[in-house]
Amino acid sequence: MCAPRELSVLEKFNGSDSMDSRYRKIVYIVFAVAVVCIGLAVKNAYYLQMLIFIGLNTLLALSLNMLMGYAGQISLGHAAFYGIGAYMTAVLTASYHVPPLLALPAAIGAAMVVAWIVGVPTLRLTGYYLGMGTLGFGMIVHIVLREWSSVTGGASGFVGIPPLAAGPLVIDSEQHYFFLVWAMVLLCIIMCTRIIDSRVGRALRAIHDGEMAAAAVGVNTKKLKLQVFILSAGMAALAGFLYAHLIYFVSPGTFGFLASIRIVTMVVIGGMASIWGSLFGASLLTLLPEWLHAFSEFEMVVYGLILMTVMIFLPRGLTRGVLDLFERWRKTNDR
Amino acid sequence: MQEILQYFFSGVTNGAIYAVIAVGFSMLYNSTELINFAHGEFVMLGALCMISLSAGFEMHLVPAFLITMAAVGAAGMLFERLAIRPVRHPQHVVLIIITVGASIFLRGIGMLIWGKDSYTMPPFSAHSPVDVAGAKLLAQSVWILVIVMTLTAGLHLFYRRSLTGKAMTACAVNKKAAWIVGIPTKWMVLLAFGLATAMGAVAGASIAPITMSSYGMGTILGLKGFCAAMLGGLGSLWGAILGGFLLGILEAMGVGFVSSGLKDATAFVLLLAVLYVRPQGIVGSRKVQRF
Repeated sequence: MCAPRELSVLEKFNGSDSMDSRYRKIVYIVFAVAVVCIGLAVKNAYYLQMLIFIGLNTLLALSLNMLMGYAGQISLGHAAFYGIGAYMTAVLTASYHVPPLLALPAAIGAAMVVAWIVGVPTLRLTGYYLGMGTLGFGMIVHIVLREWSSVTGGASGFVGIPPLAAGPLVIDSEQHYFFLVWAMVLLCIIMCTRIIDSRVGRALRAIHDGEMAAAAVGVNTKKLKLQVFILSAGMAALAGFLYAHLIYFVSPGTFGFLASIRIVTMVVIGGMASIWGSLFGASLLTLLPEWLHAFSEFEMVVYGLILMTVMIFLPRGLTRGVLDLFERWRKTNDR
Repeated sequence: MQEILQYFFSGVTNGAIYAVIAVGFSMLYNSTELINFAHGEFVMLGALCMISLSAGFEMHLVPAFLITMAAVGAAGMLFERLAIRPVRHPQHVVLIIITVGASIFLRGIGMLIWGKDSYTMPPFSAHSPVDVAGAKLLAQSVWILVIVMTLTAGLHLFYRRSLTGKAMTACAVNKKAAWIVGIPTKWMVLLAFGLATAMGAVAGASIAPITMSSYGMGTILGLKGFCAAMLGGLGSLWGAILGGFLLGILEAMGVGFVSSGLKDATAFVLLLAVLYVRPQGIVGSRKVQRF
C-alpha cells in the first residue's frame, strides 16, 4: 500500500512496531513513578490545580487523537462529549442525588450512546464535510446546554455538584484528585497503546492512509470508524465527569466551539498519531494561557500569533517538527 | 398575517447579511479549498471600522463605507500573503488551526483598538419605517437589501463578463490548468482573499446601525454565514445568496413561532440536515467526496 521508506528518528524512537512490550512496561512504570513523585512533592494548590488540568486535557487530547491522529477522522465538536459527561454527572448527582460511582457509567454511557446516534450518519462524510458535521453537532449540544435551563441551569451554569465519594472514601483534597486524574490518564494511555498495537489499531491506521484501500483488504471501515468514535466520546466524557467533580460547577461556555478547537490544537501541536504527543500538546496548551497572562491585554494577540506561527512552520506539530529539524541538521552535518 | 410579515422582514434583513458572509466563504473555498474561520472577524472589523469612521471621525457615509471595504480587503490580502501562502503542505486540519489562530489574533486586535465596549451608529438614512400591510420595514433593512442586491449583481457580472473574473473561475475549476494557460494563480488567490474579506466588511458595515458591535461579534456571524454557504452549496455564488436568505427567514420564523432561545440552533440543525441529505447543498452540483 505504501512504499517502504526511511524511518525518521521519531518512528524509530516511538514507532509502535519497533518497541517491544517489555520496554513499554518500563516506560509505564517510569511514568507512574514520576506521577507519584510529582504528586507527593508539589504542595502548592495552584500548581496542583494546573497539573490536574493538564491531566484532564491529556485525556481529551488522547481521545481525539485516537479518532483524528490514528483513524484520520476530524472532529470539530469534541467538546460536546466532554460537556455531556460533565452535565450528566452534574444533573444526576446534584439534582437526583445519585452516588458519583453510579453517575460515572451513566455519564460515559450517555456520551457513547449520543456518539453512536450521531456517528452513524456523520461518519459517512469525509474531509471538510465531516469537520463541518461535527462542528454543527457540537454547536447544537452547546446551545441545548445553554437553553435548557430547567435542567442544566442555563447560561449561568450549574452549581452544587458534590465531591467524589464512594462509601466512606471522599476525594476532596487537591492531592488526592491529582492522583485520581493521573491514574485515569495512565489507564487510558495503556488502553490506547494496546488498541493501537492490536489488529484493530493497524486497521485504523489503514483507514487513515486510504479508506478505500482498507476496505479492499477486508477492513469493515464503517463499523470501525463508528467504534473508535464511540470510544473517543467515552474518554472525553470521563474527562468531563472528572472536571465536574473537581470544580463543583459547570457552565456551557466551557464546552463551546472554541473548546473543541482547543482540543484539536492540542492534538495537532503535540503531534498527530502520537500518544505522548497528546500529553505534550495538552501540557503546552494548558500552561500557555497561564504564561500569557503576563501580556495582559495582548494575551489574545500573542496566543493567535503563536498558533499561526507553529502551524505555518511546523505543520506536523512541535514534537515531530523539532525532530524533523534535528534530522535535517544532522544530515547536513554528516555531509 | 401581519406577524408573519414582520418576521419575514427581519428574516430577510438578517438573511441578506448571512448571504454576503456566505459569498465570502464560497469565494475562498473556490480559490483555495479553505474554510476561513477568521471570516467572521473580518465582519467585526468592518462593522467597528465603519462606526469609527462615520461616528468617530464624522466622515460622510459613502467614503467611510468605501474606506472600510478597502481597509478590510487589504487586511485580508495581508492575511493570505503572511499566513496562508507560506503553508507548504496545506492539509485541512492545519489550515483550520491557522485560520482559527488568525480569528483569535484579529479578535485580540479588535479588543486592543476598540476595547471591550459595544458600539452602534445611526442608520444610513433618517427615514421612518415603511408600513407594509401593518408590518414595519426599517429603512436600514431597505438599505441592506439594496446594497446586497447591487453587490450580487456586480459579482455576477464580474465573474461572467470581466477577464479577471473569468480567470478566477478558471482557477476554481482547475488551478494547475489555469496556471498552465498563463493565469497568475497566486494573484487570483490573493484577489479572492481581498474580495471575500471586503464582502465581509460590507456585511459588517451594513449591520452596524441595527446591532451592537463589539470585538466578539464575529464568531457566531461567521459560523452562521458558513452554515448558509453550506446550505446553498459551498462554492456557488447564487447558492450562497439563496442559503443566506433561507437561513435568515427560517431563523426568524423559528424565533417567532417556536422559541427565541433556539435562534442560534436553527443554523446548525439546517447544516446537519443538509450534510446528511444533500451534502452538495441546494444548488451545488459538484460531487462531494463521500464514501
